[in-house]
Amino acid sequence: MILDHFIWARNVWRWLRTATGDDAYERYVEHRSKKHPGEPLLTRAGFYEDSQRRKWSGVSRCC
Amino acid sequence: MLKNIGGVLLAAVGAIALTIIALHRHEPVNALWIVTAAVCVYLLGYRFYAAWIAARVLSVDASRATPAERHDNGRDFVPTHRWIVFGHHFAAIAGPGPLVGPTLAAQFGYLPGTLWIIVGAVLGGCVQDMTILMLSTRRDGRSLGQMARDELGPFGGFAALIGTLLIMIILIAVLGLVVVNAMKHSPWATSTVFATVPVAILVGFYLRRWRPGRVLEASVLGVALVLFAVVSGGWIDGNPTLRAAFDFPAIPLAGFVIVYGWFAAILPVWLLLAPRDYLSTFLKLGTVAALAIAIVLMHPQIKMPAITAFVDGTGPLFGGKVFPFVFITIACGAVSGFHALVSSGTTPKIIASEGDVRLVGYGSMALESLVAIMAIIAATLLDPGVYFAINTGAGLVGATPDAAVQTISGWGFPVTVEQMQHLANDMGERSLFARTGGAPSLAVGMASIFGSTFGRGLLSLWYHFAIMFEAVFILTTLDAGTRVGRFMLQDLLGHIWKPLGRTSWYPSVLITSALIVAGWGYFLYIGVIDPNGGVNILWPLFGIANQMLAAIALCVATGIIIKSGKARYAFVTLVPLAWLALITSTAAWQKLTSSDVRLGFFAAANDLAAKLASGVLPADKAAVAPQLILNQRLDGWLTMFFLAVVWFVILDMARVSIRYLRGLPVSNSSEAPYQVSRLTG
Repeated sequence: MILDHFIWARNVWRWLRTATGDDAYERYVEHRSKKHPGEPLLTRAGFYEDSQRRKWSGVSRCC
Repeated sequence: MLKNIGGVLLAAVGAIALTIIALHRHEPVNALWIVTAAVCVYLLGYRFYAAWIAARVLSVDASRATPAERHDNGRDFVPTHRWIVFGHHFAAIAGPGPLVGPTLAAQFGYLPGTLWIIVGAVLGGCVQDMTILMLSTRRDGRSLGQMARDELGPFGGFAALIGTLLIMIILIAVLGLVVVNAMKHSPWATSTVFATVPVAILVGFYLRRWRPGRVLEASVLGVALVLFAVVSGGWIDGNPTLRAAFDFPAIPLAGFVIVYGWFAAILPVWLLLAPRDYLSTFLKLGTVAALAIAIVLMHPQIKMPAITAFVDGTGPLFGGKVFPFVFITIACGAVSGFHALVSSGTTPKIIASEGDVRLVGYGSMALESLVAIMAIIAATLLDPGVYFAINTGAGLVGATPDAAVQTISGWGFPVTVEQMQHLANDMGERSLFARTGGAPSLAVGMASIFGSTFGRGLLSLWYHFAIMFEAVFILTTLDAGTRVGRFMLQDLLGHIWKPLGRTSWYPSVLITSALIVAGWGYFLYIGVIDPNGGVNILWPLFGIANQMLAAIALCVATGIIIKSGKARYAFVTLVPLAWLALITSTAAWQKLTSSDVRLGFFAAANDLAAKLASGVLPADKAAVAPQLILNQRLDGWLTMFFLAVVWFVILDMARVSIRYLRGLPVSNSSEAPYQVSRLTG
């Protein structure tokens, strides 16, 4: 019973992390290791900077 | 079967709510009926119209792989859960426009604005967003400009680019003006808004250096700090020395905003823009949710009449009759051309399945429209006299409180100096007269809603929280808009001299950013020195430009629908297109030719020039008159240019469509070939 609540809370937490982009780096690492194993990876800070630069090169906010 | 019963129930509830709104013409109606009617209509639109469009017109095929799946690179192309895409897309399209527009349109009464927000969204705005999103998803996430070029021709693409750039400049200017007017002689608001800059920079360092990419931690920290800034703004306001240090008239504040805009555009995004955006997104979603809950709990009575006498064009906030200006003013709350840029930007690259297009495209816009409904409720639950006293410029009602209350009461909306003073004291402001721009009146409305739901003693805190909330995401839009404008300008100038087109060449970054900032800075400055508040000129210009961009987007959509052999369904985008062409052309025509000095740009310029020449203007007005005259003429030329561009695109679309229908060759569809999806089914 208590375990159910934990699972529920963990799902919410996971969803929140994905929705906000908090786990973007983990997902990137997972993607690279699955599709391009052994190739060099960006560091956490490098990935963050790169993704922000991409995000703000186009129209990502409106009136 | 069950789904149909749900639909019938919805229709019934919606019809009852609309009937109640319609029958309460001479007595106050409860805001809850407006919310109910709106939500029912959105759900019906989503359940039936959007589903029909998705199936028949757009031929949504969940088995077809989307760009996110085909180009999945773990970075910008990432298949993402539909509700997360929905959240991202909504956060991207929801800006200050739907808060300001409905607030201004409330001068016509609550009914015209409310009806257009609901009808315009369901039949126009949501359809546009969903269609462009779908078309871009089928085309590897290409932008509106690229789609216009591929499907219509080089002219369409060029028109979309120029149109966007100019709209951006007008938009940033008017939003800057809204913030400046909210901070003018308000130490509390000014210090709070200023404090958001170092907070954002701190969060920027946190996210880049200390705990890279830990968005949640950083956002919680940042939101806590800006909330603290709201509270400490109150302490600053209570201290005479500090109070004087943050008490600025409008012109220096405009200077700060302009300098800030330039720095924000040339600094790395991680330092200011990205962290500010995380803060504003959290605040935005949180505040919108809280506002919705509070409106339901408080269920306030609407005090504004359904329709005011100002539908005849004599309105104090801006000149012009209810047709076409209610449509121009509401703008983003019902249809926003700008959304077509987001719908053909980041979102199509993360959509996991075509089946999600309806939720993301249509659904997000319906929610945005609901935000506009809440804004019009916040404006119309105020005593109309108070609403007009806050929103009317001193140039029209007189500079003294006595003159203002006399004029406004004379319109049939009684208000007293004591009432306004009492309200200003409650909100922690010195005066609320002539605080044009929409932000202060929205903040008073929001503070009343939050105050009556979550604690009345905190009215001044709620007021300044609302101001900070609006300012934070206006500044994000200003910052992001300047950057996008700079990229577009670099793209254009790169054709003239190659190095200027390089986005990484710093001298080009400095120069093009300065040009964009100078562009909106000019309009902002003119707005600030205008004795009528400036918003009365700039907002209609922005509305016309925005609706014209929507017309361009709908042209692209209509052209593609016809070219795909579905001319019989083209009415889906053709009807909103025809309506937008009608209202924008009428509005532009009136702005150009009207002899009413409050409506016609050239009439106002000529009138002021004549007054200046005959020497009847007082010295302070005579000093700024030449700039105002030049600006009115410039606005007139700009309107003419917008009008020409939009009609060229319409004719270009008609040319391509007629060629197709007559069996003549047209450019091939740029749709990516079918590839089966492994994600679904």
